[in-house]
Amino acid sequence: MPHKPPTKEELDRRKIIGIHEETITNVTSSDIPYHYPGEDHSWDIEKFRKGFSVEFHQNDPYEASFSLIGCDASIANAFRRIMIADIPTLAIETVFINNNTSVIQDEVLAHRLGLIPFKGGREGLHNFLKWWRKPADESQINSSYYDFNTVSLRLDVKCEHNENATPGEKDPTKLYKHAHVYARDIEFCPVGRQEKYFSGADAIAPVNPDILIAKLRPGQEISLSMHMHKGVGSDHAKFSPVATASYRLMPVISIERPILGKDAEKFARCFPPGVIGLEKVTKKEAAQKGSGYEGHEGELKAVVVDPMRDTVSRECLRHPEFKDKVKLGRRRDHFIFLVESTGQWESDAIFIEAVAHLKKKAKDLEKQVINMVR
Amino acid sequence: MPTRSKARKEEPAEAGSDIVMEEAPTSHQPESKDDDMSLPGSTPTAASFEFLNEGHTLGNALRYVINRNPEVEFCAYAIPHPSEPKMTVRIQTFEGTTAIEALEKGLRDLQDLCDVVTDKFIEARERFSAGASS
Repeated sequence: MPHKPPTKEELDRRKIIGIHEETITNVTSSDIPYHYPGEDHSWDIEKFRKGFSVEFHQNDPYEASFSLIGCDASIANAFRRIMIADIPTLAIETVFINNNTSVIQDEVLAHRLGLIPFKGGREGLHNFLKWWRKPADESQINSSYYDFNTVSLRLDVKCEHNENATPGEKDPTKLYKHAHVYARDIEFCPVGRQEKYFSGADAIAPVNPDILIAKLRPGQEISLSMHMHKGVGSDHAKFSPVATASYRLMPVISIERPILGKDAEKFARCFPPGVIGLEKVTKKEAAQKGSGYEGHEGELKAVVVDPMRDTVSRECLRHPEFKDKVKLGRRRDHFIFLVESTGQWESDAIFIEAVAHLKKKAKDLEKQVINMVR
Repeated sequence: MPTRSKARKEEPAEAGSDIVMEEAPTSHQPESKDDDMSLPGSTPTAASFEFLNEGHTLGNALRYVINRNPEVEFCAYAIPHPSEPKMTVRIQTFEGTTAIEALEKGLRDLQDLCDVVTDKFIEARERFSAGASS
């Protein structure tokens, strides 16, 4: 029997994950050879190029949102995982404490310092700075620091009484000098060629100068120096270039039978604002036989306006009046990414870097496989 | 940065047969002498590859592209133990090609895919910033 090519409806059906009251259906993707007899699902880069598209929703330095349409979950997930765990950033790795008489313990203070996100000149951060590796011989550690693998920082704060404070002042920040230690108090100490890459606006500095590090009282002092190194998120979350990088699948809401009047208003309230709109039934629709609109001209009907804003809460499935009138789902191949940068990279650059990283991984392994055969 | 990964291949036990398997568990079998990193039990059309310092990131993506190859009968990946930094990919192909070729093709396809994603991403970003400024 000759195989019939799949209809458009069939192709759409394959792409949609069904979301029901208690269950989900059609969960696994089936676009692999031999799954559908007579159909060609072999990998073809030109076919992929035709079917794949990207759509931007937002592109700010600290937050970018975009859709990848027409790729498999394994690919989208690889990019997400790389963004979180494999893109290198610079962070405080070692803290040398000279004096710390504050109430916050040395190790807690060091941990807090490590988590502060820093920014600096892109050229210097991405091209000039290289990896620092701990030498096998621990005694050689002091000769392993160079201008191209270590960035030095200092923090020297001493809290004192403020003589100019008005009598009876209760606010510690006015009563004392340096009662609060902020990220802006960290001083960058460039060495060697670092002057060239990190000066002026390109200086190494905290992304947010208002991060509170510690609180002091008169007589207390924090004096320490720090070393920053490049690292990746898989080693420690402080090295992750993103606050979060996530994706969700595009929601699909299809109204199978008309929802009218009071029901339509209730239906709209089952979704976040902006997802469902209310429109008047037109004369043409009311005249159409079997449409379900007969005799309802001028009444309000529910229409899907923006399914992307939906959270797929399934609330509408709980009400008996919407039974069999609505179908919920998600598009299997439409990934809505949200990338929030911590500030060292631009959000969109993190994604481009993630794609380049996956390519490099594959390229390096291809070389090894070729060498293995020889 | 994790150290460079190494792909390694099982030593062919008896060429031409898919069903040759030794009875003792792999961990109890003697490791071959010429390369003490290889595991026993593969044929040209069926082999397992071990990747060091790789995880689900590459494993699942690679599994997907290799499965899209019609010459491949079976492909799956596993991380045998979470505390070992190892990922294994099993590939079985039909006659006419080899598991190594399928792996190579998979890695090449993945690179092509990355190029397309980058092109389309940059294209879409330009379109978006042009639309936002006008």
